[in-house]
Amino acid sequence: MSDIGTFEGSTPAAPRDAGFGDYVQLLKPRVMSLVVFTALVGILVAPAQLHPVEAFAAILFIALGGGASGALNMWWDSDIDAVMGRTKGRPIPSGRVERGEALALGLALSGISVVMLALATNIAAGALLAFTIFFYAVVYSIWLKRSTPQNIVIGGAAGAFPPMIGWVAATGHVSLEAVLMFALIFMWTPPHFWALALFMKEDYHKAGVPMLTVTHGRKATRAHILIYTLLLAPVAIGAALTSIGGPLTLAVAVALNAWFILGAFRIRARSEDQAQADSYAVEKAFFRFSLLYLALHFTAFLAEAVLRPYGLGGW
Amino acid sequence: MAIRVTHELHNRRFGRNLGLALVLGGFVVLVFALTVVKIDRGDQMQGYDHTIRPEMLPADDAAGQGAAGQGAEGQGAEGQGAAPATGGTP
Repeated sequence: MSDIGTFEGSTPAAPRDAGFGDYVQLLKPRVMSLVVFTALVGILVAPAQLHPVEAFAAILFIALGGGASGALNMWWDSDIDAVMGRTKGRPIPSGRVERGEALALGLALSGISVVMLALATNIAAGALLAFTIFFYAVVYSIWLKRSTPQNIVIGGAAGAFPPMIGWVAATGHVSLEAVLMFALIFMWTPPHFWALALFMKEDYHKAGVPMLTVTHGRKATRAHILIYTLLLAPVAIGAALTSIGGPLTLAVAVALNAWFILGAFRIRARSEDQAQADSYAVEKAFFRFSLLYLALHFTAFLAEAVLRPYGLGGW
Repeated sequence: MAIRVTHELHNRRFGRNLGLALVLGGFVVLVFALTVVKIDRGDQMQGYDHTIRPEMLPADDAAGQGAAGQGAEGQGAEGQGAAPATGGTP
């Protein structure tokens, strides 16, 4: 934060005093919404019941842990965020928040969220949240993101943990269903981000981030999208066949994966000239559908759990 | 330039302070609610009454200690008014 003197004598380029919303932006609220939803599903589909207050606290602190790792990511990546058009308006590159503040906020919220989740539910859930924050902030942001084109593949694990943490918060242990929910997001992340990279190519190139599009070319990226989409399908259908699934989930999984694979084949079949000619319409449509894909899968898990007491959901 | 009571900067700082106050207030309420839930259920209460109880021991020891504990409890209750062996609070 700048002091009042700095502000009063400010020029347009000078940092302004941050508002509360700027600190909220550091926590990546859009990512947090996905974390909240998947963690909620993880808690509700688990074969154990948390008290509503405990469940609320668990979701809140899982989301807060996700937000903390987002702040740490913004602290570390502020230099490349300033280069990319998609991220240059973030609080640090735009000068509204200083790097040290983001680091302090990220570390403080990490500690609070881990300790409070462990106290509210169990130590295993707290430990898993701590590992998730470490994985996203250190393994992905600091280590992998700038060093390997596999950054998205391995880093995707960080975003895949929330439903597993929710499950562990409710049951105290990891099981096959939790692993499959993790695997669903883990396998979904690469095609989702590579589709984004195909039509945001200049951003990653300018920032020097070794995305697959930069290191192996766009043709190879299109092939990788298809491979991961094909690998994702059995995971999604496998999850539908476990205790968290049911006929509804299976039908949703088959329909969504058929459409997703069809989209991946269309991306694979296109040349770069064709994509440029229609402004990457197919890639953008695939990216948008990928968001729906994940939301509908977890909604189906949730629907099975909600319908089960009425004898309608589950196997 | 006329002196203004509030500047845009002050409004922003007030918003930040108000936001922080609400977050801290919410945190206090949540911790209180969690405490009520945990105490109602008896979570985290064992082990703080300095009394060995059968459910805290491995299965083999529990049988012997449980019998001994019941004897001691009965004696204490009759003779010296000692704390009960189960259900004690810190």
